[in-house]
Amino acid sequence: MRKFAPLITLAFFAVLPFAGFSTYIMHILILVIMWTTIGIAWNLLGGYCGQVSFGHAAYFGVGAYTAGILYSKLNLSPWWGIPISIVIVTLFAFILGFIVLRLRGPFFALATLASGEVMRISSENLVDITGGSLGIMLQERTWVEKTWYYYIILMIAVAAFFVVKKLMESKIGYYFVAIREDQDAAESLGINTTLYKTVALCLSGALTGVAGAFYTNYMGYIDPHVVFGLHDISIITIMIVMVGGVATYWGPFVGAVIMVLLAEIIRSIPGLGTAYQTLFGILLIVIIIFLPNGIVGDSRKLARLVGIKGASQ
Amino acid sequence: MSLLDVRNVSMFFGGLAAINQVSFETREGEILGLIGPNGAGKTTMFNVVNGFYKPSRGEVFFKERRITGLKPHQVCRLGIARTFQVVKPLQRMSVFDNVIASAFLRVKTKDQAEEIALETIRFTGLFDDRDKISKGLPLGKRKKLEITRALATQPELLLLDESFAGLNPAELDESIEIIKGIKERGVTIMIIEHHMKVIMSISDRIVVLNYGEKIAEGTPKEISSNSIVVEAYLGEEKNA
Repeated sequence: MRKFAPLITLAFFAVLPFAGFSTYIMHILILVIMWTTIGIAWNLLGGYCGQVSFGHAAYFGVGAYTAGILYSKLNLSPWWGIPISIVIVTLFAFILGFIVLRLRGPFFALATLASGEVMRISSENLVDITGGSLGIMLQERTWVEKTWYYYIILMIAVAAFFVVKKLMESKIGYYFVAIREDQDAAESLGINTTLYKTVALCLSGALTGVAGAFYTNYMGYIDPHVVFGLHDISIITIMIVMVGGVATYWGPFVGAVIMVLLAEIIRSIPGLGTAYQTLFGILLIVIIIFLPNGIVGDSRKLARLVGIKGASQ
Repeated sequence: MSLLDVRNVSMFFGGLAAINQVSFETREGEILGLIGPNGAGKTTMFNVVNGFYKPSRGEVFFKERRITGLKPHQVCRLGIARTFQVVKPLQRMSVFDNVIASAFLRVKTKDQAEEIALETIRFTGLFDDRDKISKGLPLGKRKKLEITRALATQPELLLLDESFAGLNPAELDESIEIIKGIKERGVTIMIIEHHMKVIMSISDRIVVLNYGEKIAEGTPKEISSNSIVVEAYLGEEKNA
């Protein structure tokens, strides 16, 4: 049963649009799947390889702007942004990795945080290329209907899920986890830690970039504050994985469902809407104290906490 | 034939010479003991050989190839594996996964890595603990895991850094048997140890360091009757 869980979930999501949901519900579903993809990407680097990045907005934004600039400067379809962002963001991650991967632990985290901010400020100021704070607007969207957007991001998320699963069950996966657990031990066991950390960063960055390129196509508008946002992208990405479960296959999905729904619900409450980030902060503290491995990672403990009988066995 | 050749190695930290002009060789198939008081530079010597430190002066040769300046993972690939004095298990991985991760060095597929890992944990006697998360293992087993993991990289030279420290007498006997077994497999061993009885009984030759300098080298018998060594190190035992 467990073995087929991914396929069952996939089939469920494949037929979901036939239920005839409203545009709003479809929008929420698309956001959930997009954030799942970003969560899967972050989890590969932060969860499995142990390199906690506070700057995934950098990759998301570069992906988004790759699609945007292809459209605004080269008059190409922004959909080209999806394949091309893989190349661009991989290169970008490779170069950035050369700098930030020399650092460990909190220093790595701070350097990545800075890298996201550097990208945001740069994109605000490189007006000739990015359009600055005005951002880039697509004159026409490909589809008015949400269905195709839904299937495209679903395909990306599913591909990401299976690629990561396959990787983690192979040599590379063992090496990632070994690096996370003890970099010096890993190095002395013959693992080229610099190489494998770079691989993790490039894969993670490229996948985040693809989600960014999708975002441009889907939303039709990007600006530096949105796609390079520290709170709205980098921190939310970490929260999704923390809430769902670090280094679990399903954590990013569970986290994305909870965070997207929670954001929507809180924002719709009058007078509370603007305080949603405060509530996210409180949620994160609660999760760290009671479920440090996230909802998926600590599912048994969670079941016990809410008092489901027999679940503790 | 010399497998490892350490030539005039010095290692300075600031103005302090942790190792000063030390030369020795490890011969193929032997167990070489490395002893000396605390702070004599034994672990520093391992870090130099293993590639964690680049020596300030001097060179290290392995199978007549210069390995000074190589990274630890490159040194390991060439056939030198090590254990750590302060054990470094991959904490949240099971014992078996720890060993699989290191077995991957010589093979590509998971099946092959599992095969090597299985053979190695049977050899060192950790088979029954294979599914335990290494974080929760008692010290004796963690020390054994260090050896198992190093062995799974299929080294020609194994550097053991105080693998016996903190073991109870039963574990000690067991570990000595394992070390002897590793030697029988044709693996050359260099071992740092404070436990004099152990080092004297298993070593073929011993190198003695004191304040970063080599003060003696020879068979256990020669070392135990060497007056400089007795004064610097073993003498304490006589007074006690």
